[in-house]
Amino acid sequence: MANPGILIVVAPQRGVLPPAAFELVTAGRRLADALKEPLSAVVLSDKAQGPAAELAARGVDKVYAVEHPLLADFVEELHAKAAAEAARKSGTGKILVSSSVAGRALAARLAVLLKAGLAADVFEIRPDGRVLRPLFSGNLIAEVEFKTPVAVISVAPMTFPRAEKAAKTGAVEPLAFDPGAPRSRFVSFKAEESNEVDLGAAERVVSGGRGLGGPEGFKLVFDLAHALGAAVGASRAAVDSGWIPYRHQVGLTGRSVRPKLYVAVGISGQIQHLAGMSSSGTVVAINPDKDCPMMQTANVAVQGDYKELIPLIIADIKKRRG
Amino acid sequence: MPIHIVVCVKSVPSSAAIPVDPGTGLPKTAGVPAILNPFDEYAVEEAARLKERLPGSTATALTVGADVEVLREAAARGCDAGVQVAGPEFEGGDSLSSSAALAAAIKKLHADKPVHLVLFGKNASDEASGTVGSQTAAWLDWPGAAGVKKIEAADGASVTVHRMMEDGIDALSLSLPACLATVKEINEPRLPSLKGKMAAKKAVFPKWGAAELGLDPAQVGAAGAGTRLAKASPPPPRPAGVKVEGATAAEKAAKLVDLLLERKLI
Repeated sequence: MANPGILIVVAPQRGVLPPAAFELVTAGRRLADALKEPLSAVVLSDKAQGPAAELAARGVDKVYAVEHPLLADFVEELHAKAAAEAARKSGTGKILVSSSVAGRALAARLAVLLKAGLAADVFEIRPDGRVLRPLFSGNLIAEVEFKTPVAVISVAPMTFPRAEKAAKTGAVEPLAFDPGAPRSRFVSFKAEESNEVDLGAAERVVSGGRGLGGPEGFKLVFDLAHALGAAVGASRAAVDSGWIPYRHQVGLTGRSVRPKLYVAVGISGQIQHLAGMSSSGTVVAINPDKDCPMMQTANVAVQGDYKELIPLIIADIKKRRG
Repeated sequence: MPIHIVVCVKSVPSSAAIPVDPGTGLPKTAGVPAILNPFDEYAVEEAARLKERLPGSTATALTVGADVEVLREAAARGCDAGVQVAGPEFEGGDSLSSSAALAAAIKKLHADKPVHLVLFGKNASDEASGTVGSQTAAWLDWPGAAGVKKIEAADGASVTVHRMMEDGIDALSLSLPACLATVKEINEPRLPSLKGKMAAKKAVFPKWGAAELGLDPAQVGAAGAGTRLAKASPPPPRPAGVKVEGATAAEKAAKLVDLLLERKLI
């Protein structure tokens, strides 16, 4: 069983706090209240004061602001070193990090620096110290316990609601950081197409699969996503066919998503795809084949031709919104 | 300049449909055929491609575990040598203790012939923590990056890599030696050649235990693990779904929108 205290580790990306940071605040707050332990956070950034104040306003008791120009962009060894110093200073036993690309690497390094047990992609943290995470592509749920005084937990995005402003604002404390002689250097960043909702943080996702019949089918998928305010996903079959770039791929070899609403259009539902989206709140399947696995597992199954259905669904939504 | 690459590979069950042993409450993988972790194929392929780009380079496959066949598979796909870290003391390890064992073996290889790059797959298909690359880097105190989709330039002193982030691509420059966890965008693995298969068949792989690595048995396997798998169970069944019925497509569309509004999903 880990030592008392909960510490959230947050690395703003491109100067912005990711929505997952507020999900960590909720996860941390629930655990802190259940255990009657303090909740602290550490923000690692070149401009840490603003994000630190934002976390304090959302109810984190104490936020350490570690500010250094070399923390502007994610460099795993530097961020982990800074996080480890904050963790040692706070003396907390349970450390929460988001399972993003950066968060996963940060949690991994941090665990070794603190000689701590690590559980990744956790979706439930129990007050008895055990955590739940998927095993074998989500075919099994593992109940993991920690043997070390410090536990590092990377939390799957979208599993906790995002914390709002709290009644009581916490304190912000600056923390100095000496990066030493870094051996990793951030060179540049090239953004993906803008104006797209990020899959991992989306509350709604519309995905297309082989059943679209061709790349032009994604036009309707994008239209529906736009009408729903959703991100666009895809099955591996659609990506492998070159209909849509890989970054949209959902599933075992793509991204894992956990939106409130997942609409699968023309996706038969192979196990590899289901592994990446079966934790979604409500799954809607649109498919002509009523017997395919996706139609069988979906919460809402609509049998039919997507080319006919999607324009009608969009028109109906527009009509009701006036 | 030729470099020495170590590729860390893992043996995993060939299927994800793993039952739970009712006696222990733990996953029962006995009897399920083992394969090279599919994500590790990309790391092995990248090592083979780096060898082609930098003639005279060598690649050593490294595994922690009882299955030596993954080393044979890596050799068939282009690795020159392989090392197996195995013994009863390594059983029941988690990402913390397994990465410690990998790091110790890499140190030993490094002392014998300096290592420049250590490559990993994105994650193992069984436990899928996706953290062992960065954990190994931390034990070694070497720089590293995860999510690597391109190794742009590597010489004996540094490497430039492209890292796939949620919002775009980062470029990083790392001094060597460094640990890189790859993603599947990095290449398209080729099938093993017949020549490679023949050579792999005859290959002999040294086996190192904790003693050879200078590790205390308390640091490895279950003893050195930071976590314990208490139990595993199938996920709760999803509630039965509803079928949206209608005489026409328009009727179905309207009913679907009704339902989404009713459940406050849109």
